[in-house]
Amino acid sequence: MTTYLEFIQQNEERDGVRFSWNVWPSSRLEATRMVVPVAALFTPLKERPDLPPIQYEPVLCSRTTCRAVLNPLCQVDYRAKLWACNFCYQRNQRGPQMPLIFLYVVDTCMEDEDLQALKESMQMSLSLLPPTALVGLITFGRMVQVHELGCEGISKSYVFRGTKDLSAKQLQEMLGLSKVPVTQATRGPQVQQPPPSNRFLQPVQKIDMNLTDLLGELQRDPWPVPQGKRPLRSSGVALSIAVGLLECTFPNTGARIMMFIGGPATQGPGMVVGDELKIPIRSWHDIEKDNTKYVKKGTKHFEALANRAATTGHVIDIYACALDQTGLLEMKCCPNLTGYVFTFLLVHAPWAPWDENSGPCACLASTFPKYTIFSEIGTGGTCQWKICGLSPTTTLAIYFEVVNQHNAPIPQGGRGAIQFVTQYQHSSGQRRIRVTTIARNWADAQTQIQNIAASFDQEAAAILMARLAIYRAETEEGPDVLRWLDRQLIRLCQKFGEYHKDDPSSFRFSETFSLYPQFMFHLRRSSFLQVFNNSPDESSYYRHHFMRQDLTQSLIMIQPILYAYSFSGPPEPVLLDSSSILADRILLMDTFFQILIYHGETIAQWRKSGYQDMPEYENFRHLLQAPVDDAQEILHSRFPMPRYIDTEHGGSQARFLLSKVNPSQTHNNMYAWGQESGAPILTDDVSLQVFMDHLKKLAVSSAA
Amino acid sequence: MSQQGYVATPSYSQSQPGMGLSPPHYGHYGDPSHAPSPPGMMKPAGPLGATAPGGGYPPGPPPPGPQPFGQNGAHASGHPPQRFPGPPPVNNVASSYAPCQPTTQSYPSPAPTSSVTQLGNQLSAMQINSYGMGMTAPSQGPPGPLSTAAFRGPPRPPQPSILQPGSQALPPPPTTLNGPGPSPMAPPTHRQDGLPGPAPLNAQYQPPPQPGQTLGPGYPPQQTATYGPQMAGAQLSYPGGFPGGPAQMAGPPPQLQKKLDPDSIPSPIQVIENDRATKGGQIYSTNTRGQIPPLVTTDCVIQDQGNASPRYIRCTTYCFPCTSDMAKQAQIPLAAVIKPFATIPSNETQLYLVNHGESGPVRCNRCKAYMCPFMQFVEGGRRFQCGFCSCVNDVPPFYFQHLDHVGRRLDHYEKPELSLGSYEYVATLDYCRKNKPPSPPAFIFMIDVSYSNIKNGLVKLICEELKTVLEKLPKEEQEETSAIRVGFITYNKVLHFFNVKSNLAQPQMMVVTDVGEVFVPLLDGFLVNYQESQSVIHNLLDQIPEMFADSNENETVFAPVIQAGMEALKAAECAGKLFIFHSSLPTAEAPGKLKNRDDKKLVNTDKEKILFQPQTNVYESLAKDCVAHSCSVTLFLFPSQYVDVASLGLIPLLTGGTLYKYNNFQMHLDSQQFLKDLRNDIEKKIGFDAIMRVRTSTGFRATDFFGGIFMNNTTDVEMAAIDCDKAVTVEFKHDDKLSEDAGALIQCAVLYTTIGGQRRLRIHNLGLNCSSQLADLYKSCETDVLINFFAKSAFKAVLNQPLKVIREILVNQTAHMLACYRKNCASPSAASQLILPDSMKVLPVYMNCLLKNCVLLSRPEISSDERAYQRQLVMTMGVADSQLFFYPQLLPIHTLDVKNTMLPPAVRCSESRLSEEGIFLLVNGLNMFLWLGVSSPPELIQGIFNVPSFAHINKDMTLLPEVGSPYSQQLRMIMNVIQQNKPYSMKLTVVKQREQPEMVFRQFLVEDKGLYGGSSYVDFLCCVHKEICQLLN
Repeated sequence: MTTYLEFIQQNEERDGVRFSWNVWPSSRLEATRMVVPVAALFTPLKERPDLPPIQYEPVLCSRTTCRAVLNPLCQVDYRAKLWACNFCYQRNQRGPQMPLIFLYVVDTCMEDEDLQALKESMQMSLSLLPPTALVGLITFGRMVQVHELGCEGISKSYVFRGTKDLSAKQLQEMLGLSKVPVTQATRGPQVQQPPPSNRFLQPVQKIDMNLTDLLGELQRDPWPVPQGKRPLRSSGVALSIAVGLLECTFPNTGARIMMFIGGPATQGPGMVVGDELKIPIRSWHDIEKDNTKYVKKGTKHFEALANRAATTGHVIDIYACALDQTGLLEMKCCPNLTGYVFTFLLVHAPWAPWDENSGPCACLASTFPKYTIFSEIGTGGTCQWKICGLSPTTTLAIYFEVVNQHNAPIPQGGRGAIQFVTQYQHSSGQRRIRVTTIARNWADAQTQIQNIAASFDQEAAAILMARLAIYRAETEEGPDVLRWLDRQLIRLCQKFGEYHKDDPSSFRFSETFSLYPQFMFHLRRSSFLQVFNNSPDESSYYRHHFMRQDLTQSLIMIQPILYAYSFSGPPEPVLLDSSSILADRILLMDTFFQILIYHGETIAQWRKSGYQDMPEYENFRHLLQAPVDDAQEILHSRFPMPRYIDTEHGGSQARFLLSKVNPSQTHNNMYAWGQESGAPILTDDVSLQVFMDHLKKLAVSSAA
Repeated sequence: MSQQGYVATPSYSQSQPGMGLSPPHYGHYGDPSHAPSPPGMMKPAGPLGATAPGGGYPPGPPPPGPQPFGQNGAHASGHPPQRFPGPPPVNNVASSYAPCQPTTQSYPSPAPTSSVTQLGNQLSAMQINSYGMGMTAPSQGPPGPLSTAAFRGPPRPPQPSILQPGSQALPPPPTTLNGPGPSPMAPPTHRQDGLPGPAPLNAQYQPPPQPGQTLGPGYPPQQTATYGPQMAGAQLSYPGGFPGGPAQMAGPPPQLQKKLDPDSIPSPIQVIENDRATKGGQIYSTNTRGQIPPLVTTDCVIQDQGNASPRYIRCTTYCFPCTSDMAKQAQIPLAAVIKPFATIPSNETQLYLVNHGESGPVRCNRCKAYMCPFMQFVEGGRRFQCGFCSCVNDVPPFYFQHLDHVGRRLDHYEKPELSLGSYEYVATLDYCRKNKPPSPPAFIFMIDVSYSNIKNGLVKLICEELKTVLEKLPKEEQEETSAIRVGFITYNKVLHFFNVKSNLAQPQMMVVTDVGEVFVPLLDGFLVNYQESQSVIHNLLDQIPEMFADSNENETVFAPVIQAGMEALKAAECAGKLFIFHSSLPTAEAPGKLKNRDDKKLVNTDKEKILFQPQTNVYESLAKDCVAHSCSVTLFLFPSQYVDVASLGLIPLLTGGTLYKYNNFQMHLDSQQFLKDLRNDIEKKIGFDAIMRVRTSTGFRATDFFGGIFMNNTTDVEMAAIDCDKAVTVEFKHDDKLSEDAGALIQCAVLYTTIGGQRRLRIHNLGLNCSSQLADLYKSCETDVLINFFAKSAFKAVLNQPLKVIREILVNQTAHMLACYRKNCASPSAASQLILPDSMKVLPVYMNCLLKNCVLLSRPEISSDERAYQRQLVMTMGVADSQLFFYPQLLPIHTLDVKNTMLPPAVRCSESRLSEEGIFLLVNGLNMFLWLGVSSPPELIQGIFNVPSFAHINKDMTLLPEVGSPYSQQLRMIMNVIQQNKPYSMKLTVVKQREQPEMVFRQFLVEDKGLYGGSSYVDFLCCVHKEICQLLN
């Protein structure tokens, strides 16, 4: 028998599923006593090259009294795309494949340089889209422009006031669109339809050149911005129009709204901050004091949009060119409810999602499910969920409840089974279904607690608890969530630790639990729960990604990885601890959102002196280059692209490192340690050591 | 006999009391405070008052008239009006009565003793007077008006006596009685009917149950068949009227007995020709206060020597009465028609520009009047006394100058503001919006691209033309290119803005569908310099017609279009002008949506005024916004059906724009007219963002303003723009006594932005005399200006008052003015004599023309749009335009001397002046008719049309063919000369005698009875005379 570790890994690779407990307690009461709930991290579209694709949904005969399935005995005319039912002789048209729709929504209130970079990225991205995909373009600044595509001789756009929200119906009238009745949902794909496109959404192969020109001539928002003012930016209306446009033209068809923003909405519905520069954008402090003018209204606006988009199965992705000051807090529900991309892009950096190597195809290609089982934490009440877009790494957390009462437990030796059915539209336009079925043993918690404890997946559990904590932080408790998290941890220690009452030094944890407290320690300190060093927009962004990345990435987010490079040996992972910061080391930290290279004091001095350029110190040059190469690799493979930071001892950006490492040495205790190794951190935060000591004390306390 | 019909004594005498009571009402139409009184006054008179002017007038005149002929003599004696048998000492009779009556031919004896001619009832009197100016006609023409002699017009050398200031007595009454040729008042049939004199009257009075309505039309109605049923009697009496039958059109039926030659009544032609003869071609210096300028029809060179040129300001009278009592007594409106941007011919000095640098213009501290020749320097030049408010001001140091021995500054002749009546100041930043120098103005072209405009080719035409015309945007003289920026919008029920920024490869179209709350979608690239963006603009103009070629949209919006243009100018922070090319009633769902409300049933009721009012108040408030943001709107309308001009036209009217209307536009016929208008409108001189202030010396002040203006308060006249054709008529009232010494001074200051974006002040000063003698007042009047004033005040009043009331007021006031003269200035004579002041000789005929204008004429045959259109045009007209509009020019073309480049002398607008052998050109400023008699000389027809005969002429032309003949060349040259400096391009209509279109032409023969109503000149004169008699009694 393999170890649980191997078992877990195998299961993950095959099913894309990881459970907090791989042996399940057989009654509700017992389940609650486990502290960490029975829950799964599920990656529905986990890449499985070996998995045979399901070609298509059964194609049914369109005669309602027949409904026979297309089969090899039918006559098919491939040119006319017709087939004749061999039961009733009804001639059926092969329904067109559902197009993929990409609607670009572009903010033009940004610096020329940024806009230029964005334009180039978008132009490049056109070549990456499937040629049959429909594309549309909406630009906005003070006004919102919906561009008509494929116009000859003149470029044409419909312009809307940035301060007036429009219903889908109004929009439909104003754009002169007649509703395309999409009946796919009930009739199957063979319903006849004209090639679905309109003036605003056209196949990329047809209007490729036109759109490239259009993007080329795209100007920065021409309205003058007076001194002391923010540009008027109508993000709220722009998104509303985008949602409305898809809603009335392609409901229930996979479509992505890709919104690129350079700043906060400053007018109209969804506005986040006024245009007076002297009034700053809301901070966590303001929100705490309920001292915000726009947050509630803005959030409501975007929530409504998100719900509309979710209803019609459309994805809203937001690409912000800065983390801060862009109003992501208010807009977060859009990507949260519908999308999977919620990214920020560095000012002056190329717009990441289109970086060739990061494989936008991979990202874009895999999405568009229609009916997917999905659990948004806490939003229960159904066993069917809709996700508007999924990537191969999108990972959902699903929390289960054992329904059997304590007095009627599940019989011993039984196996629980769970089946995930994911029905989705592949980027090729095909509709596919993926079925994932898993089974786990039931166990009586009273008699077989060791079995259950041994099946604990502490990594999955940490992530599942973290998601739960973030969910609580966002919805109800706010700062109190830390206390809740602590309490859970203490209870877990009490339940599964081995100790003598009131003797902290006697506390022992089995191997399957040993890392768990450390994860919690870092989680507590992370920007997912500590909001006051971040703007509300940053918090929203971090949390968004944490909520959908897979386990490995999520773990990195909680507990960044630190590698050390030195002349003393090959690169090695080191403790995320201040003691790892040494003068003759180069450190590479990966926090998922940032890739940071830190040069120790000595290294930095050498570098400044230019030794790396001297032939005799080639080895030093190699040392310097090694972490950079590794960083590049990560940068290229990860989406969203992390922020790359190159810093050194004493550098201002070193703070990113110092804020993450365990402050084992601080200005308070460094002399006590008396070592020159490591770097003291100027913080009042407790170190892991102190944290653990307290935890043990509380866990063994009989008073607790 | 015919007179008998009119000579209803009873009615006449009855009406008198009513009339006598009626107080003076002039110029009060628009004034609510006064408004009640006229109706009030009239109402009591009820049937009487109403009938009196209308039905009653014929009787009035008859008394005097008949007598001369002897026919009525018997009647007359018995009737009060006829009582004045005493042969009045008539000095000047305007025209000869002779032609009518053989008996009258004896008038050779001139009695020029007094300048005033009195019109006696008696023939004898008339005969005496007959030698008046232009008497040649009478002497020649006993045969009748039809004779060719009549066409020759009045003799060139008028008798001096006629020219002398003073009044002329006219014998109109007789004419009415006799039934002058053109409008056969008393055709034989009528007489045959044997309608006894009183009978018709009775007929008129019998209907009294509905007096209100029937009387409505005022005096003129009876004659036309169109009036109320009660008029039947009257109609019968005028079978010879213009019923419209071709036979009748042929000319005055020969069988009619002409008893009075229309030449015997004052002739506008004669007055015009006399003025030309004495003043034409000469230099007129404005150095004397209160001098009366040449008529608008006289060409002369004007030299500014301290008073504004009459091209800029003309007054109803150049001598104001000293007291308001006197003014009330005379009831002559005191008004000035100011055309601040009038075009000055190249042989006259253009305005000087004064620049005082940062200190700006020197002004009176108290009344803020600008430095002008009326300021008196005192204390050795250190101070000056304001001529307007008498305040003594310090002279600013930079402006100091010593005085010479007569107390005049040494630099008097060096500074325009000290020696000239008109000049301009450079305005300082204080005079600019937000204290910022203005940006150059912008022109925005807004084209209706709905189905009909595309289909009839109009859109293509406009786009093609714009390419040419944009090369000729107006520019400052010293500049090489125009500073004006241009922008383009097309629309149907949504708006399309165009980005034509010079660096674009192709234009960008931005569609705004939110017409409920329209906005400007772009700033940069919308308004561009034409030269810089030429290729993009041409690209756009080429594409527009095709872009909408497949559009089936036939609904349009209108208010949002203007809103958009205004917002665009507002966003660009500049003044500007919108050129809108529109064709239909805006029925699409949007603000300012209109419905078809052309309700003919309202005509002739108290609710008729609704037809002139805008349908919704959206347009007025929009116009207000436009003015606030100095956005002028010029509207080209191409209606094929009702478009509600009263609503749509309000915006151009209030924003100083121009309204052009081309009914049933047809590419091959109307494009020339339209293109000329478009070119002219784009190129003409214009000032933007203007505020006009009229200051006066103490004792009187400006109280009312008429024109294409907007007023937020009682003194500042705001105009989004004002061009060289727009005039503002200002009415003055006393608020104290005026002194004969000080006179009455007027200073009109217009602050505006030039086409190059400079802020300037244009100042016009005019000094008038004052007198306590009524005779002086009457001597100094100018009838053309009076008519301009009456027309505007009446046309303004149509919004608020029933037309009937307005017509009555006009007639009453005319009578009152003349009666006052008769009573106070004319030498004693029989009360029944009609005596007209020399300066108002043609007031009755012009007033009649005004009353016959379709605006005041309540006729369902005339479209409401046309009436609203004409109403609006008149509101902004200058004196010359209104003169021509109300009394068209009728030129005999067949008498052309191909060797002489002079225009042929005009003839009076009456059918009697036409002849079968003749060709006539009629012009009123809007239309041009070439009327061809059935027997027109073939060589002329060949020469003009290049066809062998009358029958071959194709009427469907709006442009004469270029035939090499001298006739063709000269005729086309004449037409060009006439068209010059006219605000509207005139569409040529070729009219062949006895063919259907002649009906239209006939409406312009304003001395005759109107096709749709309106009395003939003679009839009206009788009516006025009767009114006067009543007043005098």
